[in-house]
Order: sequence, then C-alpha cells, then structure tokens
Amino acid sequence: MSDWTRKTAAELADALAAGETTSVEITQAHLDRIAAVDGAVHAFLHVDAEGALAQAAESDARRAAGTLLSVLDGVPIAVKDVLATNGLPTTCGSKILEGWVPPYDATVVRRLREAGLPILGKTNMDEFAMGSSTEHSAYGATHNPWDLDRIPGGSGGGSAAAVAAFEAPLALGTDTGGSIRQPGAVTGTVGHKPTYGGVSRYGLVALANSLDQVGPVTRTVLDSALLHEVIGGHDPLDSTSIDQPLPPLVDAAKQGADGDLTGVRIGVITELAGDGWQPGVMTRFQESVDLMVAAGAEVVEVSCPSFVHALATYYLILPAEASSNLAKFDAMRYGLRVWPEEGASAEEVMRATRDAGFGDEVKRRIILGTYALSSGYYDAYYGQAQKVRTLIARDFEAAFEKADVLVSPTAPTTAFKLGEKLDDPIAMYLNDLATIPANLAGVPGISVPSGLADEDGLPAGVQILAPALADDRCYRVGAALEAALLKQWGAPLLDKAPALEGPSA
Amino acid sequence: MSDTLIAFDDVLASYDPAMGLEVHVELNTLTKMFCGCPTEFGAAPNTQVCPTCLGLPGAMPVVNRKAVESAIRIGLALNCDIAEWCRFARKNYFYPDMPKNFQTSQYDEPICFDGYMDVDVDGETFRVEIERAHMEEDTGKSLHVGGATGRIHGADHSLVDYNRAGIPLIEIVTKPILGTGAKAPEVARAYVAQLRDLIVALDVSDARMDQGSIRADVNLSLSPKGSGVLGTRTETKNVNSLRSVERAVRYEMSRHAAVLGSGQKILQETRHWHEDTGVTTSGREKSDAEDYRYFPEPDLVPVAPSREWVEELRGTLPENPTARRARLQAEWGFSDLEMRDTVGAGALNVIEQTIAAGTSPQAARKWWLGELARRANEQGLLVDALPVTPADVARVQALVDEGSLNDKLARQVFDGLFAGEGTPDEVVAARGLAIVSDEGALSTAVDNAIAANPDVADKIRDGKVAAAGALIGAVMKEMRGQADAGRVRELILEKLQ
Amino acid sequence: MPEITRDEVAHLANLARIDLSDAELDHLAPQLSVILESVASISGVAGDDVPPTSHALPLTNVFREDVVVPGLTPEQALSGAPEVEEQRFSVPRILGEEA
Repeated sequence: MSDWTRKTAAELADALAAGETTSVEITQAHLDRIAAVDGAVHAFLHVDAEGALAQAAESDARRAAGTLLSVLDGVPIAVKDVLATNGLPTTCGSKILEGWVPPYDATVVRRLREAGLPILGKTNMDEFAMGSSTEHSAYGATHNPWDLDRIPGGSGGGSAAAVAAFEAPLALGTDTGGSIRQPGAVTGTVGHKPTYGGVSRYGLVALANSLDQVGPVTRTVLDSALLHEVIGGHDPLDSTSIDQPLPPLVDAAKQGADGDLTGVRIGVITELAGDGWQPGVMTRFQESVDLMVAAGAEVVEVSCPSFVHALATYYLILPAEASSNLAKFDAMRYGLRVWPEEGASAEEVMRATRDAGFGDEVKRRIILGTYALSSGYYDAYYGQAQKVRTLIARDFEAAFEKADVLVSPTAPTTAFKLGEKLDDPIAMYLNDLATIPANLAGVPGISVPSGLADEDGLPAGVQILAPALADDRCYRVGAALEAALLKQWGAPLLDKAPALEGPSA
Repeated sequence: MSDTLIAFDDVLASYDPAMGLEVHVELNTLTKMFCGCPTEFGAAPNTQVCPTCLGLPGAMPVVNRKAVESAIRIGLALNCDIAEWCRFARKNYFYPDMPKNFQTSQYDEPICFDGYMDVDVDGETFRVEIERAHMEEDTGKSLHVGGATGRIHGADHSLVDYNRAGIPLIEIVTKPILGTGAKAPEVARAYVAQLRDLIVALDVSDARMDQGSIRADVNLSLSPKGSGVLGTRTETKNVNSLRSVERAVRYEMSRHAAVLGSGQKILQETRHWHEDTGVTTSGREKSDAEDYRYFPEPDLVPVAPSREWVEELRGTLPENPTARRARLQAEWGFSDLEMRDTVGAGALNVIEQTIAAGTSPQAARKWWLGELARRANEQGLLVDALPVTPADVARVQALVDEGSLNDKLARQVFDGLFAGEGTPDEVVAARGLAIVSDEGALSTAVDNAIAANPDVADKIRDGKVAAAGALIGAVMKEMRGQADAGRVRELILEKLQ
Repeated sequence: MPEITRDEVAHLANLARIDLSDAELDHLAPQLSVILESVASISGVAGDDVPPTSHALPLTNVFREDVVVPGLTPEQALSGAPEVEEQRFSVPRILGEEA
C-alpha cells in the first residue's frame, strides 16, 4: 500500500483521477499521520477529523458522479489559524480569541471549499502573526520536523511544519514580512507570497493590511502553483484586490520543470549578503545560482541601496497598522472577557482583557504602533516609513530593468534553537531581513529549498522575486531550480529529514 | 447644580460670539457605507449586520458608490471644491458601540472643502463658510440598563445594537462664524434649517432631526468685544431640533459670559444639550490625552472622482433653495413679508403648483395662507398634508373666476373636499353650490325684495345708493347665497333708477 | 536619539487600553527604547520630494453598488458574544458621556 502522505498534491490528484485511491483514504492517512506525529511537532491548533472526512466523502461522491469541482478536488489541506473558517475555531494563536468560531469563511477558505479540498484543521502560528519562530503562539511553539529543538520559522511555522512533517500535502499561509517564505526555508518546503492584491485578504485577520498576503505552503513548486490558482484572483469583497486574471501559474511551473532557463536574467541583490549571513546558507545559495546559470540563465549583480532601511520601515508600518487592527479585541463582541473586579466598567474590562489576552510580543508592537501614530510622531515615523517604501519600490523597479527575477537566500540563517531569541526582539526581527522588501513593494516571491547547510545539516532556502503581477516568473524559475537540485540530490530534500514516529505509529 | 447665566443683552455688551457648526447627515442609501447591510430605521436589534459592520476579525470594507455620489452632490450644493483625490482614514478611539474601535472617516483629505452657504435672517444675509464635508460611518446604539433613568449614569450594564453601525454619514463643518452679534442664535438656527432644506431638495437623507438623521454639534466661544481674539470653545452635542440649536447657542453665550465675568476660565470640553430643561451639562473634558492617531485606511483605496463624474452629478442638482425663493418671489410679485409668511407656513411648493395649474399668485397665496392655513392649523398639520391638492385649489379658484362660485360658496366646496366628497366639481354638483345665473329667478327675487322693503327702495330712488346693501342681503338670503352679488346690485339699481 | 520613558510607555498603554503591570512596564520600556532606536534610523532617509506609498499597487475608485446583500442572522452575529441580553450584546457599564 502506498503511503499517501509522502505524495505531492499533484501526485495525489493524479492517483485520485486514476482511481487508485479515494479522498477518504488520503484524508484518513493524513489524519493518522497527524495523530502520530503532531504531539511532537504541534503544527495544529485544531484538527477537524470529522469535517475533513465528511468533505472527503463528498468529494468521492462527486468523483463517482463526474461532477468534480477542480483538479485538486479531494486533496486535503491545512489552513493557518489566522484565516476565518465558518464553524471551525479561529484563534490567530492568541488567548484573546480562544474558542471563537467565526460565522463566516474567508474568501480563500470559501474557494477551497468550492474547489472541493477537505480542510484538515487549523495550523499554529505566532500570535496574530507577530514573530519569526512560532514561539509567540499562546498555545505553545511548533517544533521543526528536522530538529524538534529548533524553530520552524514564523509566523506560519505551523503550516510549514505540517507540510514538512507530511501531516498535510498542502497548507495556506500568510506573509506580511516573510511568514510564508522564511518558514519554508527553515523547514525545507516551498512557500509563495503572491503579488499584493493577487489573493483576497477578506477573512484574513489583518496584521498589517498594506503588507499581508495569503499564499500557498507546499513541498513542491508545482503544488504551490496548483493551490495558488485555486485561491487567487479578484474578490469584490477586498477593495485592494487586483481586478485582472492571474497569469498561467501551473503552466509556468511545468515549463520551468523542463529545466531550461535560457535567456532569463537573474539578478543577485548585493545588499542581501555579507556579515551576519550563515556561511552554509550562502554556499547553498551560490550553488543554486550556479545551477540556474548551468540551465541557461544570465546572472547580473543588482544593487538596491534602500533595502538597508527595509527592516526599520517595516517595524514602523507594521506595528502602526497592527495597533489599530487589534483594537477590536476589546471583550465586547467576541473572545475573552476578563473582569478585574465585580462591577468593573467597560473600559476597565477592556484594559484587563487586553492585558491578559495578549502576549508580550503583541503588547510590544501595539505600544510601538501607538507611539508611531501619535500626534507629533506621525510624520517622523509612519509618514517617513511610507516614503521609504517608495524608495524601496523604486529600487525594485530599477533592478527589474536589469533582471527578470531577483534572487537571495530566503533567510540569513538556518533554524535556530527554540528560546534562543525569544527575549531579544531585534535579533528575532533580523530573520526577515531578506523577505521584508517584497512586502513593502508588493512584489511576489517564492522560497525554494536550496539544500542543507554544511555546518548544521539544516535546510536553507533561495528566494526568487519577480515584478508585481509576474508571479508566473517565480514559478518558472523556482521549478527550474527545483528540478536541477532534485537531479543533483537524487531524491527530495525532505527524504533526508529524520523520521518522526510518534507513540501511536 | 445649575449654571450661573448672564442676560443675553449684557453678554453682547462685552463679548463677540464665534460659532462653529458641525452637522452630521445620515444618508438615505439603501445599504451601509462599507457593506451591503440594509439601513432601514427601526428594525429588530442586530438584524442588519454582517462581519464587516460588526467588526469581526478578518472582515473588510468596500465603499458604497451611492454614498460617494451623495457626498459630492452635498458638496456641490454647498459651493465646495471636490477633491481630485482623497482617502479614508481611521480615527482610533475605544468605545463599546464602535465595532472596530476605530471609525472609518476622512482626516486631512475630505472629499468636499471650501464652500459656503448664504443664510437669511430677517432679510439680512450672512455668509456661512464651509470648511469641509467628509464621509464617515455611524456607530451602534447602546441601551443602558439598571439605572434609574435609563441614562448612562448609574446604569448597571449596557446592551448594544449594531444595526446603525456603518450607516453612511456626511459631516459638514463650518469655518468659525463671526460677526453675527445678537443674531448668533438665529443665524445658527437658520443655517441648520437651510441646510436641512438643501438636504431635502437633494433627496440624500430622510432629514428627520427627531430620528437623528440630522444631528448638530454647536461650537461656541466668546471674545472680548472688538479684540478679535478667539476664546476657549465648548462643543455642545445632542442638539436635535432647530429650536434647540438657537436655544443652545443662547444658553452657552450666557454661560460663557458668566464664567468669564467671574474671572474664571472656560474649560475646553464637550457639553450635552438637554432638550427638556434647556440647559447644557458638562461632558468629557477634551484633554491632551485625546489622540485619535489618524492614518490612511489601508483596506480602502483612494477615491479620485473624475471631473466628468463631478459635472454629471452637478447636472443632477436641484435649484438652490435660496435662489429658488428669490426667483419665485420675483415671478409672483410677493412682498418680502408675503414671501416670509409663505416659507414659514411651508406653503412654497403647494403655491407654486397651484400657480402652475393656472391660478394667479395672489389668489393662490390667499387660499393657502388664509382658509387652508387656518384649517391646517386647527388640525395640527402642515398645509401640504391637507386632503386638498394644488389642483383642487386651482379648480375652485377657476370656478370663482368664471362666476360660478363666490368666496363663501368656495369655502363650502372646501368643506366637501375635506369630507372626502370627491373633486371640486363633484362637490359643487352634489351640494348644489353653483351660483344661479337664471336672470328670471333673480329678477323675481329682486322684485320681491323691493316689495318687501318699500322704505329702503324709496331711499335708493332718492339717490342713496349705499342703501342697496340691505336689499342685496335680502335677495341673497332668498337665493340661499347662490347668486352673484354684483349682478344683484346691478338689477336693483336698474329697477329703482 | 529617541528614548521612550517608562511614563511614556504607561501613557501609550493607556491609549491602547492595555492594563500593564509595573513588572511589565519595567520589562517593556527598555525593549521599546532599543527597538525605537533602531527604527529611528530612517528619519531623513526620504526627502520631501518623495511621495508616500500606502498601497503597493495604485488602485483608485473601488466601489460597490448600493444593493442589499444578505448578512448574518442575529444568532450568528451574537454567537461569539461573551454575554447576550434581548438580542443585544451585553457589555459592562459604560463610563462617561451620553451617547
């Protein structure tokens, strides 16, 4: 019997189409895997076995009736807990939303349902997506399947770990400053942050509205493209959604898999290398660049001088928007309500609830954002940050004059130890150095595994960035690199990950 | 605790008032500002809500095109410039009836700015300059439970209904209104009244002050007479009738003067108007801690009305009510007093329609401001709510003009119309009210009257024509009023001279 | 160099309606100073001639038509409420002004 959990989503779709298996069988296999390993990994905050199996049975019925909803009909998926799911708890990794069950679906979740993908459950994350390690989850950290003592990246460590640990073939993530790509890099998986406005944000509990995007978290580039085509495209409920058809993403991934990059200009960003970058990560990155050259690509060096200000810009814009977004968690309409004393006023209940319900990192960023927006500081901080965004966007424009895609290591280091940076916010923030510029400019980016760093044997990733609306370039180049690496390795990188056998396996 | 007040005339001896008016207009769009929920007044609690207007995590706003159009039309009617590009902004503050704990509003980029309205008070015109008109959303409504009065103070807890949350509002803000002196209260009232008329003419709001669809906040400060230095202002909220606007300004002027006169300072604060007692009470003190942390709403994109769109909307504007009044007064030849009475009685539209149906302006005015205004007053109605249409009045006057009715008979026709007896012609027929123009019957009646009053007849023969009145009365009595008194007089004089 | 004092943090926490304990204030204030010091590096980076970017892609005039769409039932609307009374959200007593 095949182990369905080891297959890619594309392979599962083919097996379903060939009648080799059923959605119920595949879904059950993943639920069994979750039961076996999630005690150690803790990728999930909520598993909906009953719902997933019911949806799988419906998919099988559709297949029998010849009324399939999509190519991925019947392939199960995990959803980051920051996306509203009608009837399923949605906590955003926060105590303040413990037990909240939304009465509506996020648009991307609705599209999953409309495409027939059974939803396995909700994945762990840093509280309100604030973090790069998933340690800021109020429900406990997620562990990296490559080394359970290490972080799986963040904020979407749950989705990346679920996919890396074969608990789900597909997952949804969200990326505000790297929360899809950086966990992808440190868990040896693939993650794509679409062009801002390319995927609906309706139902995504906003961290920083002008930076957030929903995207696919998978084990292969093709799987990401398949999922992206399910969730992407215009949504009238999101005013910032782009009213244009998606470029052909799956076609681009298939084209890239042929391995030919002739005529493609690859720009290496000068500013995203140097001190503080782990040598093993840089070695794997250089190898990847060399493989792309071998596939026919031309390499150019590009400079993006304003990128040095990206981190500071990000840590002004994000807390400012977040401080306002999180004001709604006030104990009045939903979520936690804490009474400091009997007969307390609404205002006192709000203060006590927000103190008890938010974790340290959330409080830090709310205070910082409140400061940045305060009268007297707005121009110096938030206003200035919005201007620096323009400079960063101009750097991208100039770079894309010279290159079709830009590349860099996704994250400066491999996965660090749990707890190592927990109380050093600045050190934690530096993880997102390479991923943040894309969010500030709204351009798409994919992270593809580049191999294992020599010094620690842990996965590293390459990030491929493209101009806005040209997500297809990420998929084409990403698939080409993936194919070249696979040829070199002889087997998927994740085959080298240690086996995770839980007590019930 | 009641405030010390200073007599109004004494206030003016020492101070110049400066006013600012902020009027919130609730639009009559079918749906809310940022979501497709209905806006009907009076629905059961929390039945007109969705994730967006409830502020549920993840929900997002989308702007109602009709609300933007209404905002632009209001701006154009107030002679404002319309922004070529503007954004929504978040106004951040915590309050339980505000679902997101920020209000989506506009900050330094209002859609309409720099306008004016000319306000008439007793024939004098004051130009009220408009600073801005911007779009925003309303809050939910709280019901306070457990207090003695149903008021917020002393309440045990509150119950919130979010049906109203997200209903589109246009906030219209004036620049400081200076130089109105003793007329400040009347100018404030007239401004709000004219603004309401404009809103009604634009058909962008129900414009019901009693239901809160127009709400006024009154800012007031006093400066020492002639100094030109603006004093500390107070903002009086909850002023929800035209009369209250006038009274609140008068009250705050007197209160400010008393405070200043005693050597104390005016506290910059929000005050609440109490309709029942006619006083303001202290609300929240405006402190430096009040910091709304405005920033552009990142979930919405800018509104950039094309000039074509703006001109298209300009083409839909009704005539400005003030200009319309001036035009009609000239066309009708009404005196200032007649025109003021007409407007005051709310009879402008019905008179215009009656004239359009062929009646002379003076006749139309005579009926609507005389007989019909009297009946409306008796019934506590406005003239346009009476069961008589301008077409009815025009027909009655036409019958008078052609000699079929006299004024006394016409009043009886109105009795019939009020009693629901049909059209004027049907009432005339059913009640037999037409003037008798049968010369034979009339001649007989005149002969009878002469025979019955020989001494009166002699006086007339002697040239005392004034005595004819007694004979006319006798003839009319015999004819039961259905005769043309002029013709009766002619016949009497023919027979006796 | 921007320095954020303990009092300032207390004031900001008050604006943000978070009831920080003394221990939390002691812990957060120095951290915020460090963060602020590092983000303050962008002051002066962009000149007055640089326009701000608030959206990654310059969209304008995104509207919906004034047409009613079905929302939530009152049961759904109130499903997450900590307390419900008379089909309304029951909230603790509200201090301050008349609404």
